[in-house]
Amino acid sequence: MTARAPLTLAAVLLGAALTASPAQAERLIVSVSNHRVTVTPNYSGEELVLFGSVEKDASTPASRNNYDLVVTVAGPRADMVTRRKERKFGIWINTDSRQFLKVPTYLALFSNRPFDAIASPEVQRRQQLGLNNVLLTQRVGPDYADVVPNDAFRSAFVRLRSEHGLYREATSAVTFLTPTLFRTGIPLPAEVPIGTYDVEIKLFADGALVTKTDSAFEIVKVGFEQFVATTARQNGLVYGLVTAFMALMTGWMASIVFRKD
Amino acid sequence: MQLYLPIADIPVNVFLILAMGAAVGFVSGMFGIGGGFLMTPLLIFVGIAPAVAVASVASHIAASSFSGALSYWRRRAIDPLLALVLLCGGTIGTALGVWTFTLLRSLGQLDLMIAMSYVILLTTVGGLMFWEGLRALLRTRRGGAATIRRPGSHGWIHGLPLKVRFKRSKIYLSIIPVIVIGLIIGFIGAVMGIGGGFILVPLMIYVLRVPTSTVIGTSMVLTLVTMVFATLLHAVTNHLVDAVLALILMIGGVTGAQFGARAGQKIRGEHLRLLLGLLVLSVGVRFAVELVIRPEDLFTIRETGGAG
Repeated sequence: MTARAPLTLAAVLLGAALTASPAQAERLIVSVSNHRVTVTPNYSGEELVLFGSVEKDASTPASRNNYDLVVTVAGPRADMVTRRKERKFGIWINTDSRQFLKVPTYLALFSNRPFDAIASPEVQRRQQLGLNNVLLTQRVGPDYADVVPNDAFRSAFVRLRSEHGLYREATSAVTFLTPTLFRTGIPLPAEVPIGTYDVEIKLFADGALVTKTDSAFEIVKVGFEQFVATTARQNGLVYGLVTAFMALMTGWMASIVFRKD
Repeated sequence: MQLYLPIADIPVNVFLILAMGAAVGFVSGMFGIGGGFLMTPLLIFVGIAPAVAVASVASHIAASSFSGALSYWRRRAIDPLLALVLLCGGTIGTALGVWTFTLLRSLGQLDLMIAMSYVILLTTVGGLMFWEGLRALLRTRRGGAATIRRPGSHGWIHGLPLKVRFKRSKIYLSIIPVIVIGLIIGFIGAVMGIGGGFILVPLMIYVLRVPTSTVIGTSMVLTLVTMVFATLLHAVTNHLVDAVLALILMIGGVTGAQFGARAGQKIRGEHLRLLLGLLVLSVGVRFAVELVIRPEDLFTIRETGGAG
């Protein structure tokens, strides 16, 4: 028993060294076209562009030229509840529900070719490639866990978010302009949540992760929208009073304008 | 023209919302009601969250009832004392309603509750109104006098203590049923996002026997104050009032109401009640159908916390 311990340690170290060494071989340089998306009165969705290049250095194996790229964009996280309606006493009411904890309000996964072609199912699962493999933590009784992709609540959750354009997966969205230069569009629908968005770019070669890098952008309300939203949240009473006063003024003006005599 | 609503967090077409406000305003001017029971479902239909719709419509009704109340005030068609007593109940009812609203929202049954109360209330009230209107119409056909029926003696209501003389309405009545009615209207108004005028007016006529000369004006005062109060409470407790949405609705609503009021004067009373009954009934039936048929999607998502 004691003799095997150093051996296992050595194996772990070797493993770590093996996975770590390719990370030095390539470097990803990326940029998002706009790091601050502003929501204005006429905001009705936008598309950002992410572009970047793969930088090789001396230690890069010369034979390695076919890269695969997976871009994951995750919006601000929130707790969400998925409810299922069932027929009870002749009417459809919410019965069962499942709580999703700290899941991204927006989630997009883009790659240059199908995930199955990029990596093995095992790697896909570990690297969270594809909506089926992304970790969506649920509260299951007292436990916190993700469930199988075909779980009714999980798939309904993903489907509903996808219908609103808030969850998306596109396996041909990343284009390699040259073998090392790439770009992809990040479509943001009109009802996109406000907050910070994390972008994770993972580079694969021969079915294994080579390197990864992060970027981010934020979506903010500005001007009047920002003012109204913040006031409503922070000064509820003042906001309510102003709204009520506005209602009274509108009513009063109408009675003046349309006075019959 | 698209406009981004800051609280509802969705872009909407301004002209669509204006048109909806005007259409509902027309109906409300025609029948002398707030029109919240039409406005709230319409807003939900265009994709605004039910909770935001209910809260924002409250301020819209406040605007239209204020403009109505002002013109009734000029015609001395408001009983201030009666309005005040109704308000005592109305204020408590509204507070209870907003509290219930918050509770139901956390339980995840708000949508069901809103739909259920719409079904029960609208089909009952609409059915009764329709029936009344139909009977009145048939009576006039047969050549009878088309007077407003005041059925029963309601002896027990007039036997209650704490009687007060309401001078302008020329009635002598216990304040207990008045407060109770105010309470009910305030409560359902806050929970369902309706002013309750279409329930209050029949209640005042048939139960309290308030003369028709002061009934609409007085009910508008109650609607006005409960809705201003509801706006405030919704803003403070749930942060759901969308002022931009409310303003567009108000502008459309008060304009439409003026034309509706003119159209309403050209239609006979019985016809008007028949039409209103039919309208209320059909909205109720629509909600009932929605509850009974299998929904297109059995699943719904609601954000419960975390990032704003």
